[in-house]
Amino acid sequence: MGLPAIEVDGISKKFRLYRERPTSLKARLISSRTSAEDFWALHDVAFTMERGTSLGLIGHNGSGKTTLLKVIAGILRPTSGTVRTRGRIAALLELGAGFHPDLTGRENVYLNASFLGLSRKHTTRAYDDIVAFAELEDFMDNQVKFYSSGMLVRLGFAVAVHVDPDILLIDEVLAVGDEGFQARCLDRVRQFQRDGRTIVLVTHALDTVREICDRAVMLHHGRIHAAGAPDEVVRELRYVLLRRDPAFIPEEGTREVEIASVELIREDGSTDRPVRPGEALTIQTDVKANEAVDDLDVSFAVYDWRNHPVCDGSTTRSGAVMDRFEGKKRVRFALRSVPVEAGKYWVTVGLSSRDSGRLYHVQTQRYWFEVQQQEAGRARVAVPIEVDVEDL
Amino acid sequence: MAATADTIERTSEPPRLRVAARLRELSLYREILMNLVRKELKVKYTASVLGAVWSILNPVVFLGVFTLVFSVVLDNGIPSFPIFLLSGLLAWNLFSVSLTQAARSVIDNSNLVKKVYFPREILPLSSIGVALVDFVLQSLVLVVFMVAIGYDFHASSLVLLPLAFVAILAFTVAMSFLVSALNVRYRDVQHLLTLGLLVWFWMTPIVYSAWLVQDRAEGHAFLGIDLFDFYLVNPMAGIVSGFQRALYGVVRPEGAGSPVLLDVSVGWLALLLTLIAALSVFLLWLTWRTFFRLSGDFAEEL
Repeated sequence: MGLPAIEVDGISKKFRLYRERPTSLKARLISSRTSAEDFWALHDVAFTMERGTSLGLIGHNGSGKTTLLKVIAGILRPTSGTVRTRGRIAALLELGAGFHPDLTGRENVYLNASFLGLSRKHTTRAYDDIVAFAELEDFMDNQVKFYSSGMLVRLGFAVAVHVDPDILLIDEVLAVGDEGFQARCLDRVRQFQRDGRTIVLVTHALDTVREICDRAVMLHHGRIHAAGAPDEVVRELRYVLLRRDPAFIPEEGTREVEIASVELIREDGSTDRPVRPGEALTIQTDVKANEAVDDLDVSFAVYDWRNHPVCDGSTTRSGAVMDRFEGKKRVRFALRSVPVEAGKYWVTVGLSSRDSGRLYHVQTQRYWFEVQQQEAGRARVAVPIEVDVEDL
Repeated sequence: MAATADTIERTSEPPRLRVAARLRELSLYREILMNLVRKELKVKYTASVLGAVWSILNPVVFLGVFTLVFSVVLDNGIPSFPIFLLSGLLAWNLFSVSLTQAARSVIDNSNLVKKVYFPREILPLSSIGVALVDFVLQSLVLVVFMVAIGYDFHASSLVLLPLAFVAILAFTVAMSFLVSALNVRYRDVQHLLTLGLLVWFWMTPIVYSAWLVQDRAEGHAFLGIDLFDFYLVNPMAGIVSGFQRALYGVVRPEGAGSPVLLDVSVGWLALLLTLIAALSVFLLWLTWRTFFRLSGDFAEEL
């Protein structure tokens, strides 16, 4: 393995926030120091990455992810701490860095590639590949100012995936484009991993982190809030985000029928205390049909912190078929006993069409409950036991 | 790749400039420099009908105007005035265009500075590269012109040309590093530069004869130092004189009432140019250090 590819050692980064940046000498002399405020974008961040591993860097907007990436890349200088990197770095902080509208597609490929550390020779070798990847064979001799924004993104992306570094720093950039595009991007990242490159990935796509990263680090207000296995860190982020901003958790659907409210009701009617292992829990879902529907299916699924499904259910499967209706309905799923393993559990609730598979409204892991640590000495699993006593 | 095993360490301390190591790094990134120069040239001349002809047209118009003013209206008595003028003006243009463009180079490329790592020196260097291409083009036109009219080249003074070129290059790079780094923090620099270069232009013997200054200063001294020595403190005066001596060739051409160029020997001028070059290299080391120290914060300041 040798020495680590990246060592981040106690990095802090302070920005001075000026209400209006004094960029002239006069303003510098006149303005007092107090018009600037200090803002710590990073606070004592430390981690080490072995060669050939992949790290997901996650956190809400403004948590310091991009700043950290820029410090590692050498674009920003840390206020304190040390960064050690071993190997050639390519930082994909922006697609098409250095693109100039007056240059042709071909010229921009060479220009952009050199900024990403590709030599001219290497670019020439990869050129046909890049053009094919961008699907712009017929436009390479046109100035890029005549390109559509989609074409520009494709071209910038095609160059980016042909970089040849030891260490690859990827900011959100690869989240652009349609799904097919993103799938190709992920394929490339996996290819980079197979080639043994070290990858730091900044993203909001938490599933991507879970899928491809060996490790994840969650930044929160510039500090490392959690680090370790991607599943756990992603969980933690979801938890933090949930308390911060419930609207973050993705929702989708056509909304002919909506989830009006969901409550997780404990045995005693409360909705917020931790649940005892084995206690009953009711998932009470109020739905509102904005137009008449006759094939509504309400379903739920519970996941543990590893994102493994624990249990699920649906009205249709349980035989609670709803007839055509418009307006509100209340659906209760009564879980006889919650899982006995302590920890947080996440609940997804979905409304869909029984027949056409149409999604009306899904709230993915928006709700959660926590199972208490059980008292020591009690059985781990409640196995139903029948007791029979017989005379002999 | 060669750099694989190298450990790059970045700390809060502005790194000390190690010239050899930095030159090695710059050479690793030379393709960015080449590409930026290429880009600037292409952008400058695409979508214009005449293209690169414009870069030649500029000194031609200068030549027309100054010849009209100084040879016809205010007859200064300098024979072959166009050659005298151009031999100094082209060198001056290399210097002033480089500085003007270099001052804006970091700001104009703020998008790159914020998003891509590369040695920031490349930005002012690319401005100089663009000016250098124009300089070479224009010089070629001058040489072709001189050959066409059968002007005499003086081999003995032509040896000053490489020396003058080295001196102007070192001085230009040194000054460009300084103005481009300072301009990031104080945008006053670019305005100051415009005015400064105007004054500087007339402080340099480009449209008038250097001998005139030498003659007027003769016998005058300030603080025991010859007044003319003060004039030569301006490195551009020495450099331009070097270019003029190399190309214009003669101190006192036939038909001139008095000398036109500095009335000194080629050896004296060679010594002066060597001194200027040496001091410029020292200045370059100083301004490079400043640039290097400040460049770590460019991404933040923009």
